[in-house]
Amino acid sequence: MTDLADLTIAQATAGLRSGEFTAIDLLDAVERRAAVTEAHLHAYLTLDREGARSAALAADEAITSGDRRPLLGIPIAVKDNMVTKGVETTAGSQILAGWKPPYSGTAVLRLEEAGAVIVGKTNLDEFAMGSSTENSAYGPTRNPWNTDTVPGGSSGGSAAVVAVGSALGAFGSDTGGSIRQPASLTGTVGAKPTYGLVSRYGLIAFASSLDQIGPIARTVPDAAMLLEAVTGWDPLDATSYHGDVPAISRSLDTGVAGIRVGVVSELTGEGIDPEVLAATTAAVGRLADAGAEIVELSLPAIEYALSAYYLIAPAECSANLARFDGVRYGLRVDGSTTEEMMARTRAEGFGPEVTRRILLGTYALSAGYYDAFYGQAQRVRTLLRRDFAAAYERVDVLVSPTSPTTAFEIGSKTTDPLTMYLADICTIATNLAGDPAISVPVGLDAGGLPIGFQIMAPALGEEVMFQVAAEVERRAGFDTRPRLATSEVVAP
Amino acid sequence: MPVEIDIARVAHLARIALTDEELAAYAAQLENILEHAERVQALPTEGVEPTSHPLPVVNAFRPDEVTGSLDRDDALAGAPEVENGYFRVPRILDES
Amino acid sequence: MTEWEAVIGLETHVELQTKSKMFCGCPVDFGDEPNTAVCPVCLAMPGALPVPNEQAIEGILSIGDALDCTLTERSLFYRKNYFYPDLPKNYQISQYTFPLCVDGRLDVDVDGEPTTVGITRVHMEEDTGKSTHLGESGRIHGAENTLLDFNRAGVPLVEVVSEPDIRSPEQARAYGVELQRIVRVLGVSDARLEEGSMRFDANISVRPVGTTELGTRTEVKNVNSLRSLQRTIAYEIERQIEILEAGGSIHQETRHWDEAKGVTRSGRTKEESEDYRYFQDPDLLPLSIDDAWRARVAARRPELPAGKRDRYAGLGADRRTAELLVDAGDLAGLFEDAVAEGADPRNVGIWLTGEVVRYLRSESVDVAETGLTAASLVELAAMVGDADLSATAAKDVLAAVLAGEGEPRDVAEARDLLQISDASAIEAEVAAVLDQHPEALEKIRSGDAKPIGFLVGQVMRATGGRADPRMVQDLIRRTASG
Repeated sequence: MTDLADLTIAQATAGLRSGEFTAIDLLDAVERRAAVTEAHLHAYLTLDREGARSAALAADEAITSGDRRPLLGIPIAVKDNMVTKGVETTAGSQILAGWKPPYSGTAVLRLEEAGAVIVGKTNLDEFAMGSSTENSAYGPTRNPWNTDTVPGGSSGGSAAVVAVGSALGAFGSDTGGSIRQPASLTGTVGAKPTYGLVSRYGLIAFASSLDQIGPIARTVPDAAMLLEAVTGWDPLDATSYHGDVPAISRSLDTGVAGIRVGVVSELTGEGIDPEVLAATTAAVGRLADAGAEIVELSLPAIEYALSAYYLIAPAECSANLARFDGVRYGLRVDGSTTEEMMARTRAEGFGPEVTRRILLGTYALSAGYYDAFYGQAQRVRTLLRRDFAAAYERVDVLVSPTSPTTAFEIGSKTTDPLTMYLADICTIATNLAGDPAISVPVGLDAGGLPIGFQIMAPALGEEVMFQVAAEVERRAGFDTRPRLATSEVVAP
Repeated sequence: MPVEIDIARVAHLARIALTDEELAAYAAQLENILEHAERVQALPTEGVEPTSHPLPVVNAFRPDEVTGSLDRDDALAGAPEVENGYFRVPRILDES
Repeated sequence: MTEWEAVIGLETHVELQTKSKMFCGCPVDFGDEPNTAVCPVCLAMPGALPVPNEQAIEGILSIGDALDCTLTERSLFYRKNYFYPDLPKNYQISQYTFPLCVDGRLDVDVDGEPTTVGITRVHMEEDTGKSTHLGESGRIHGAENTLLDFNRAGVPLVEVVSEPDIRSPEQARAYGVELQRIVRVLGVSDARLEEGSMRFDANISVRPVGTTELGTRTEVKNVNSLRSLQRTIAYEIERQIEILEAGGSIHQETRHWDEAKGVTRSGRTKEESEDYRYFQDPDLLPLSIDDAWRARVAARRPELPAGKRDRYAGLGADRRTAELLVDAGDLAGLFEDAVAEGADPRNVGIWLTGEVVRYLRSESVDVAETGLTAASLVELAAMVGDADLSATAAKDVLAAVLAGEGEPRDVAEARDLLQISDASAIEAEVAAVLDQHPEALEKIRSGDAKPIGFLVGQVMRATGGRADPRMVQDLIRRTASG
């Protein structure tokens, strides 16, 4: 009998509806898995046992009375930069240690309305700034495939719990690749939707024009279901998309015959690990076999995407993080004047990466430098969007590796920030463009570490994106699980 | 082209109290990152409009309705220091 | 000796009286209890986002329209970044380049001298919270702690920036008064200076008459009364002239007005070293005002004070009367109705601006609570016109009508105030007085006009003030020459 923690959401829903097991059974299984794996992984920052239990009990009642909401009773985890009422929310930072919000974000409320059972809050790089979860003030999360390596970041915790079964699905946030890259490094499916499709109200802001909440799951259909539960206009978010939500899961079984697939030449050459490249090429080949038309394309502005991102994101975050000042919530370090109190609080409360980005952003916006740095980066962004628009005249989707490497060793990229920033080269462009993208696991490298394949689509093109992703998944035959994801592993 | 940053002023604008050592370290890192980021200057962007919003949408408003506030207890619950319903902070050095 | 000219620009902040705040659904009309009208958005909690209040936007567009501004096609919200404990996000959502309204004008009048003050821009922003200070003196310096109340944080704030076209403290005051009137008649704010729903920042510099270069300016912030506005500008002009004439130079800085001592004091120059790092707020979408919207704004424009003034002048009101009527809608109604029924606008104007206002003030009532109606004014005006009442008697009658004693004719009769203008009655009285003072008559006949006044007075005494003095005077002259 399969351990319930190893079910997909689709399988779990079927089992719940047929009465094979209850939501409490599911929650128990997931909590048992967490009990065993957490000592190895440190993926959760908070487990809301009480909240999860009452949600599961309520779900069971609803299921009995015929309620067919798609996420009813499904245990999921939520990244700790998503505000949850009454449940500690830290954004992975000391500056919010112990903070219990008086409200929940819209995505969280929608998940609760969909009947999901929120198991707990997952670890992340502090304020979502990082690509390895090593920047968490509460210690790193480890990759279940090899616990000496990183799970990626910043949504490393969410990716790890899904990989290992201590949640059946999870949500993270993606500003420069923070859902997709950890999904790639942990062999899970991670999607960033079109900018504006999921409300940012309740997402602790990093870079407002880039941030989006998205799902991490074990399969493409699971990810689609999770995403559908949270999309839609929110009056509390002025940047949320007002129009009709795309039919995200409609074409999952359609296949790719006649679909035009563009391979981004800038992302499939120098700078990409050879094994990753090989796996990418193989995945493209399988799409061709399935009837897709393959085209090689150049997006010249992508060369500058990383530079533009590292001016825009810090600039926006420098203002977004100004509210953390010890006045109304969170950490306070005393000072004899308010100014001293603020400066000391922020110095002690923020880690080095966050401090670095705030300083960088403050500088890029300061008098005399705005136009050369921030202003110029915004113009580069326009050029990038033009490149994408031109590409989508010729193809339906674009593909590339999700990450230039597989999971790297903890501590191996932390000496020089620039090295870490390069981890984002494949994912950043879609955040700047505001377009959707998804990572699907397609194989393992020689070291047994997962490789992710990225599919990008035009804005509001989730349907074709998931359509291609589903085909990639079907043909990749990737059904390995990390060793930790078994009931045989013993707690230390 | 090396970039020179008045890091003390930047740290003051950002209200982060750093030691001289830390300031020097950050300055070096920032200069490094900026040299890399300066590459954006190489791209010709004359006549190109900046993008600040991915979606070409305008005019998102809310109707003028009172939709409710937090209970004061909830509003003050996370506060480091409160007094008689106020948030309390140390004296303010400057008055604008 | 140099002749100096003052160059003054005003920045006016107006709190809009919408129901809810600028970017969240907390109420704008809050009570006295601190922090009872706050939410995650206006407290700047992590994850909270701003969404603009549509009615606030309509309000600022109405102000811009009333000031003859262009309502721009594309407008943006910006973040103005600085740290201060009453500013929860440590940035203020405001506007920078691309404000909502630009290039307007406001015509003001000082004692009949008109000036046009250009309006550079009108833009939208949000108000801050309030800080109060604990400490012995109660003043911010020396206080041990500061207490913060965020009820006001996020209230919609409109900033009106004038060109430096104002040349005197009196013009500044007139500008302030007119702007206050406009905002009130639009119904977007009660614009009460003493309550802080309207505040002025004044930029003041001087230069030798005939030069065009601007002198160094100082700024006085948060002036909260029209009287202070006038006084602080007057003081600052004097202060600057004194310094310049002594060979010194003006230090560009923010100064504070000390109402008690009547001086401005140097404030800290912290403002000048601040770098606001303006950038477009990525949480908010651009604003786009199209022709249809502009038309809607123009269509709802009410009659503005200038229009009212013109209309009252057209009805025959003099400047002083028109000025009063612009601010007193109920009196304006009486004026319009009375004049429409044929009353002499000059007299009605004199009565309204004189006796009526005096009465209303001393009794602390509104005109609706008195006995005065448009019909009363018409009747009174007719009686004066027909010489049934002297000007003096009319005032007494008016006071009585206000007090509710009845209609003018009834009151005049009851009080025996009707002017005697019956020719034969007056002839008799004049003859009687002339009999009593033959020497006076002789003097007049010999060319001395002085005794006429005395004789008129005698007749008035004899008739209890009711004789028509013009008729009396006429008769005396005729008798003397005839």
